Amino acid sequence: MRRFGDFTAVDDVSFEVEAGELFGFLGPNGAGKTTTISILCTLQSPSAGTARVAGHDVVTERDQVRRNIGLVFQEITLDDYLTAAENLRFHAVLYGIPPAEVQARMAPLLDMVGLSDRADQQVRFFSGGMKRRLEIARGLLHMPRVLFLDEPTIGLDPQTRTHIWDYVDELRAREQVTMFLTTHYMDEAERCDRIAIIDQGRIVAIDTPTALKASVGADTITLSTHDDELAARELAAEFGLSAEAKGDHLVLRVPDGEAFVPRIFSTLTVGVTSVNVRRPSLDDVFLKYTGRDLRDADSAGSLAANPMVRAFRSGR
Amino acid sequence: MTTTAVAPPRAAGPTLRNLRTIRMIWFRELIRLRRMPTRIISSIAQPIIFLLVMGAGIGSLVGDRGAGGVSYQVFIFPGILAMSIITSSLFSAMSIVWDREFGFLREMLVAPVTRGSLVLGKAVGGGTVSVAQGLLLIVFAPFIGVSLNPVRVLGLVIALLLLAFALTALGIVLSSRINRMESFQMVMALVMQPMIFLSGAVFPLTSLPAWLAVLTRLNPATYGVDLCRRVLIPEAPPLTLFGQAVPLWGDAAIILAFGAITLALAVKLFANAE
Repeated sequence: MRRFGDFTAVDDVSFEVEAGELFGFLGPNGAGKTTTISILCTLQSPSAGTARVAGHDVVTERDQVRRNIGLVFQEITLDDYLTAAENLRFHAVLYGIPPAEVQARMAPLLDMVGLSDRADQQVRFFSGGMKRRLEIARGLLHMPRVLFLDEPTIGLDPQTRTHIWDYVDELRAREQVTMFLTTHYMDEAERCDRIAIIDQGRIVAIDTPTALKASVGADTITLSTHDDELAARELAAEFGLSAEAKGDHLVLRVPDGEAFVPRIFSTLTVGVTSVNVRRPSLDDVFLKYTGRDLRDADSAGSLAANPMVRAFRSGR
Repeated sequence: MTTTAVAPPRAAGPTLRNLRTIRMIWFRELIRLRRMPTRIISSIAQPIIFLLVMGAGIGSLVGDRGAGGVSYQVFIFPGILAMSIITSSLFSAMSIVWDREFGFLREMLVAPVTRGSLVLGKAVGGGTVSVAQGLLLIVFAPFIGVSLNPVRVLGLVIALLLLAFALTALGIVLSSRINRMESFQMVMALVMQPMIFLSGAVFPLTSLPAWLAVLTRLNPATYGVDLCRRVLIPEAPPLTLFGQAVPLWGDAAIILAFGAITLALAVKLFANAE
C-alpha cells in the first residue's frame, strides 16, 4: 500500500514498506540514512529515480506527501520560547487542522507523552527527553499515515529511551501508523518488523531481525568443563562437532543452541561448570554483510553527530 | 486494519492554510518579543543615546543653521526613528538564522505551506516588531520640541511600516544563505552602517558633494527617512531627485517598490534553498 519505489540516494537504494509496519534503517553515521529520509520527506530531491510515500510521489506531489507524513528529526526542532501547547498549535496551523479541532487532538497526545501538566510551560525549561516526547506528539498531531523517526533517541539517557519506546509501542497499538525509523542502536533495530542494513549508501540486507540473524547461521555455545580436552573428544565422537578451545573454555557452533544444551549434559561424562548460549546478534549480521563491526564503523563517523557538522547539514 | 479512534482532521484549503500560517508566524514574533524583554530595551537604548548625546552635542556645534530652520535635535528625531527601524528590521531577520541554527526553520520548511507565506509572515512579523519598538521612541517627541497631532502620528506609523516592511524583506534576503549567527552579524554591520549614514538620518542632504549625493539617492532608506521627517516636520526641506522635490507619495512608492521586489527575491531564494 505504501510504496517506496526505486530511487538513488547515495547509491542504489530500493525498498517497499507495508502499511502499519515498523521499518528500521540501521547503519553507521554517514551511511546514507539521513539522506534517504530527507528524500522521502521531500526535504531533498533525488538526483535520479523516484519514491512514493503514502501513495504520492515525493517530487511531483510534494504537498500531498508532506500532509501525510510526520517527522521527528535528530535535532530538536521546537521553538524554545513558545510553550508546548503553542508549539503544537503552530504545527496545527501549518498543517491546516481546523482551529476547533486542535484542542481535541492535542489533549490526548500530550497525555500520551506525559506532558499534560506542562502544556503551558515554555519549552526551554524542558529536559531533552521531554522535548523529544513533545516532538513525537507534534509529529502525530496532523494524523500522518507515515511517521519518520530519524534517530529519535540519540543523545538521551537509557531511561528516557525506554520511555520513548514505550510511547512508540503504545502508539502502534492504538493507531495504524507506519513508522520509519533510523537508528544505530542494535536494541532499537531489534524492535522493528523489518530492518534494512545500509552501509556506504547501499542497502546490503533487508529482512526481519529474526531472518537476518538466522542468515548469519549458528548459535554459539560456550562451555566450561573439568576436562576440556576430554569433553572436546566426546563431542566430536558423539555429534561430529569440532569444539574450539579458547582459553579455559570450549566454543562450539550449532544451529539450535538451546535445544542442544540438554544433549550435551546427557552425553558428556565430565562435569560441566558453566554453559552459555548466544544467539547471533544484529552486530553479527552487520559484520557479515559489511565486513565491519558496527561499533568500529560508527566510531569513524561519530564526529558527524557534533554541532559543527550539524550546522553544516542544517544549512541545506 | 483496526479502527482508528479519531477520524483524520478535515484539512483547511490551501489559501486559508497559508493565510493562517502568515498570521501564526506574525503572532509568534510578537510572543517571542514579549518573552525576551531585554531585546526591547537594547533595541531602543542605542537610538536614545544617539538622540540625546549626538542631538545635543552636534546640535551645539551647528546651532540652528543648515537643518531647515529647525534645531538639530528636532531635525534628527525622525531620522533616529527611521534609524531604529532600519536596525531592528534588518536584525529581525536574525530570527531566521536563529531558527535555522536551532532547527525550527525545518519544522516550517517541511510543512505543506508555500515558501511565500513563510517569508511574508516573517516580513510582516519582523516589520510589526520593529515599528512597535520605533514607536516607543515617540514619547521623547514633546521633550525635544517636536509637536505631535493625530495626523502626524498616523502618517509616521504608515511611514515606519513601509520602511520596516522593505528592510525586513532585505534582511530576509541577506539571511537566506547565512547559517551562522556570527556571519549574520558581520554582514548586517556591513550593510547597516552605510545605509544609516547615507540616508540623511543624521545630516541634511541638501548641499552634499556630488558623489555623496548620488550614493544617498541610491539608498532606499533615504526615501523612508525623508518620508518620516516631512510627516513629522512639515517645514523640513524635501528630498530632491534630479533637481525635483520628491512628493510624499513618491517616497512611499519608491520604498514600497523596493520592498516588493526584495520580498519577491526573498521568496525565490527560500524556494530554492530547500
